[in-house]
Formats: sequence, C-alpha cells, structure tokens
Amino acid sequence: MDVQTLTYLFVGASFTLYIGIAIWSRAGSTKEFYVAGGHIHPIVNGMATAADWMSAASFISMAGIISFMGYDGTVYLMGWTGGYVLLALLLAPYLRKFGEFTVPDFIGARYYSNTARVVAVICLIVVSFTYIAGQMRGVGIVFSHFLDVDITIGVFIGMAVVFMYAVLGGMKGITYTQVAQYCVLIFAYLVPAIFISILVTDNPIPQFGLGSTVNDGSGLSVLDKLDRTLVDLGFGPYTQGSKSTIDVFAITLALMIGTAGLPHVIVRFFTVPKVSDARKSAGYALLFIALLYTTAPAVGAFARLNFVDTVHDTPYSEVAGWFKRWENVGLIAWKDKNQDGVIQYAPGAPFSGAPRFSGTRGADGQRELTNPATDNANEVYIDRDIMVLANPEIAALPDWVIALVAAGALAAALSTAAGLLLVISTSISHDLMKKTLARGITDRQELKYARIAAATAIAIAGYLGINPPAFVAEVVAFAFGLAAASLFPAILMGIFSMRINKEGAIVGMVVGLVFTVVYIAYFKMIAPGENTAEHWWFGISPEGIGTLGALLNFSVSALISRYQPPPPKHVQDLVERIRIPKGVESPHEH
Amino acid sequence: MERPASAYWRANLKLVAVLLIIWFVVSFGFGILLVEPLNSIAFFGFKLGFWWAQQGSIYVFVVLIFVYSALMKRIDRNFNVHDDED
Repeated sequence: MDVQTLTYLFVGASFTLYIGIAIWSRAGSTKEFYVAGGHIHPIVNGMATAADWMSAASFISMAGIISFMGYDGTVYLMGWTGGYVLLALLLAPYLRKFGEFTVPDFIGARYYSNTARVVAVICLIVVSFTYIAGQMRGVGIVFSHFLDVDITIGVFIGMAVVFMYAVLGGMKGITYTQVAQYCVLIFAYLVPAIFISILVTDNPIPQFGLGSTVNDGSGLSVLDKLDRTLVDLGFGPYTQGSKSTIDVFAITLALMIGTAGLPHVIVRFFTVPKVSDARKSAGYALLFIALLYTTAPAVGAFARLNFVDTVHDTPYSEVAGWFKRWENVGLIAWKDKNQDGVIQYAPGAPFSGAPRFSGTRGADGQRELTNPATDNANEVYIDRDIMVLANPEIAALPDWVIALVAAGALAAALSTAAGLLLVISTSISHDLMKKTLARGITDRQELKYARIAAATAIAIAGYLGINPPAFVAEVVAFAFGLAAASLFPAILMGIFSMRINKEGAIVGMVVGLVFTVVYIAYFKMIAPGENTAEHWWFGISPEGIGTLGALLNFSVSALISRYQPPPPKHVQDLVERIRIPKGVESPHEH
Repeated sequence: MERPASAYWRANLKLVAVLLIIWFVVSFGFGILLVEPLNSIAFFGFKLGFWWAQQGSIYVFVVLIFVYSALMKRIDRNFNVHDDED
C-alpha cells in the first residue's frame, strides 16, 4: 500500500474511534456536559489533560522550532511544562475544592461581582479563540499534504468530527476521546523518534540518543557534531542561544504562568472527585506531557542534522523526494542564486518575505520565485512547521510511520480544539447566559445554549482555519501573555490573599490585559519595524511581556485593595473553605 | 489559641515555598541564569547547562508534583482535614 492509502486508513480508523466514543458517552445533564459528572479517575484525567494541552503547536511546531533555535527553544520546553508545577501547587486543588463549573465562576464568586465574572469571560474567550485558529490551521496543513485534499475540505472534515463529540458529548465525550487521542498522538510521536534515534546513534531511547555518539565513525556526540556542522556553515552553535538572558527568562516565565492560567487546562481539574485527586492528576498530566516534551529536543536535533546532511551541497536534480513534495505544497522553496544547480544552505533568509511562486519551473525543475533574493549565500526557505511532519520522510522511514504521524498530528490538533470549544461554550451558556443575562433558565435550556454556543464557536474556528488572519503565528504569543497577565494573578490572589477585593482584582485584570495587548499589538502590528531589542522595555520581547503584565496586575491589585474595604465576611469564609480539602463536594446540580 | 486551620495553612505554605524554590533553581537557575558556567561541565555527552534546560528541569518538575501530592496527603491527615475516609 502506498503512503496515501495508509494515511487514509490510519486517519479513518482513528476518526471512527473518536466518533464511536462520542456516541457511547453522550452527555445528558449540564454536570456531565461541563465536568463529565465530576468522577473521572486522576490517571484518566491526567491523560486527557495531556491531550488537551498538547496541541498542533506541541506536536507539529515545537520540535521544528527547537531544531532551528537550538538552546533558545528551551523557553518552550521549560515554559510549557514548568507551568504545571504552578498549576498543581497553587491553583488546581483549591479550584477543585471550590467545586463549580468554570474559571469565571470562581472569579465571579471570589470577587463577589458580575463585572469581574464578565471580565474573566472576555479574557477567556480572547485567549481560547487565539488558540483555536492555530489548531484548525494545523488540521488544514495535515490534510492538504498527506491526504491531498483541499485545505478547506480538510478543515470541514475536522470541524465535523469535533462537532460530533464536543457538541454531543460535552466534557464527558471530550474526556474519553482525549484519552484515545493521547494514545494515538504519543505513539505517533515516539515511533519515528525511536527509529531516528537508532538510525543516528544506535540508541533506541531518544532522550539518551541526544547525548550519544553519532554512528558515522566521527566519534562526536550528536550535539557536538551539530555544533560543528552549524558553525562550519556560518550559524551560531546549536547549544548556545542568541536571545538575551533576560528575554529567555521573561519568555519562560510568561509561558509558565500563562500555562497555569489557561482556562481549558484548569477546567480539566474540575472533573476529578477529590482535592487530593486534583493534585495527583496534575502529576500524571505532566508525566504524560513530559514523555513528549523530553523527546522533542532529540527529534529537533536529529532533524536538523539529517536536514543539513541531505540538503546542503546536494544538486537539486538528486535531492530526496520529500524536498520536492513539500516544495509543491509551498512550505519549502529553493532559489538558485549562484545558478549552479546545487542547493546551498547557510544562515539568513534566502529572499525577503514568504515565498511567492511565479507558476513557472526553473532550469532544474524547481518552482521559480518572484521574491527578490537577499545577498547572503542561503538558497533554502523552509517552514519550521514541517520538520516533524517531514522528519520520517527525511530519515526515509517506512510508509506506515509517515501515515501514523499524520494521524497523530490530527489527534493533537483536534483534542485541543475540542477542549477550547468546550470552555468557550461553557463560559457563554453558564457564565454569560445563566449567571448574567438569562438568570433562572432550566438545566435543559442551559444545555441547549451550551450546544448552540459550541456549534457557533466551531463555525468561527473553521472560518479562521480556512482564512487564517495574516498574523496567526504572531497572535499565539497573545494567548499566553493574556492568560498570564489577566487570569493567573486574579485566581492566585483570590486563593492566597484574604484582603484582595473586587476593586483591586477588576482593575488589576483590566490593567494587565490592556498593557499586554497594547505592547504586543504595538510591536507585532503597528510598528513591526521597531520589534528589536533596543526598542523593547527592559529588553523583553512581546513574547515575554506577559511576565511584566502579570507583575503589573499583582501590584495594581494589591495597591488598590489596600485603599478599598476588605471583602465581605461570606467571601472570607469561602476562601477559608477552599483552603481545606475536607468536605469536598462534586459540582452541584442546578 | 491558634485555630488548627491556620496551622494547617502555614504547613501548606511552607511546603509549597520549599518546592517552588527547587522549581526555580532547576529551571531559571540551572537552565537559564547559570547555563554558561554549567555548560563547561560534560554530562553523558551533554553540556550540563543545556541538559538542565532541555531535559533535567522537566524531569524535576514531574517529581516535584508527585512529592507535593504525597506530602500534602500526609499534612492533610495530620491536621485531620483530608478528603477521604479510607
């Protein structure tokens, strides 16, 4: 069977499984729809959280980014895992004890204010939509390359599948499909990684392979060889970064607190029966995530090594088939600057901007470009997102591995999209309708609103996937920065301080949010030309600015709370109550 | 006389503080601030600083959460505020 047939087979089988689970686990009440009834086993929840969290960005993009950034890729590895320590130690157990359905629920109750609740809903919706656009684009890329269907049709298929299990099954359906998706995605990630690790180093464990000796007789370790190869080509060494220490620090911290403040991750901990389960479950979640996150740096390093080996100084007419296949999708391009028919790879962009193909073929059969060439020696344009997808092809692995990666990438994108859709629909039906605009609606009506909201959100997400705004890659920084600057401080202070009152919390959230949005928007959209270290405040890039936004939120909240009356007695009692695990109840029926 | 609830809360805060110090040292300390001096030490084919940044810190994060979960369970029982009967 060829790759395409195998891919159809793997993707088809996994989709059938997800839909089967959705039908089996249809939600009957709001409690099942919002928190899966509140009795998910901590290990099951850990697995679902891992799938929920690991998105197309983790599966498809991360190893590719590390591959090209080397040490600087650390910000993602530590930033996206270290946040779970904060989540487990500072937020999850207390929010579970609080025992409601949503993050705005907590903010609304702790700050005894519907304004606070609505501000939290706005933060949540902005964060979640930013994220979901990226997932749908990931689905589109996979479909268009592996299954040779139009991106639009690919996104429609993805929407239909998510619709099936998110709208029908709610949190209950999502939980069990996410468990299945975790198994698919981790298997699909580890199999090629193990193959490639054996190919490059003879060591089957990628985490150890990264530190092993390359089996080409050079006697060098993988990282030493990579350092030398790249320095020879004029790049900086792989194991040293080019970002400033303060920027690496700020980005890592922003990603960590952003991770801990992401609503779709937090709500997963509302589904376990007890406070102690929430703590344990966070440990399992990170364990399952770490399996992929410690493999990713190995995949990145092997991929870069293989990429340089197969591409640099190779005549275009002899280059491997994957190079031309990805060139046809437009994610690789080659501009033969010195007209020698040989591909040269060097630092710098080969031409300015994204590739614009003229529609004609050059002397060697390459797609010709209209972009003006830059004056460096580099002739290769490569979209970093394809490194994981192309990796099995670059390493010439069997066809079924390539098909498996396609199924894994879809599992990663769909599981995250579903989790995000759920928090969006929940915050609309529960926080906006039931608790604010249409009080007193029945459980049945609320469930209907939740399903309508989920369906609408899927339609919007699909639209964004088909017509991605030009700045999709840029706005990803928004999601973490915003969560870090708005939701995380408000929740943390709500648990650990008795004194923070509604005035402080609301102004803090708004200030943190607005500051972060303005900073990112200024450098990413209004004045992209000034997006360099000398213009940044304290040398912190827009990606890391959430750290300052969070600090601002903390200080403004503390300051204003000092001059305003303390929270009423019943709120102080609430804080006392959530600090103690005893007497935990499952989220109550309405 | 101090209420048991606030003694429990203090024990909790102390544990969290210790664990967060470790969290900070392995990630921001070893992985970022001290990465260059540590990189001069070889560690199973890695430079030590690079290993902490891309491998070691993540392993420690996982261990920290399980340690927290186990120790909190003990503290919960000592102060009789645990959430399960068995």
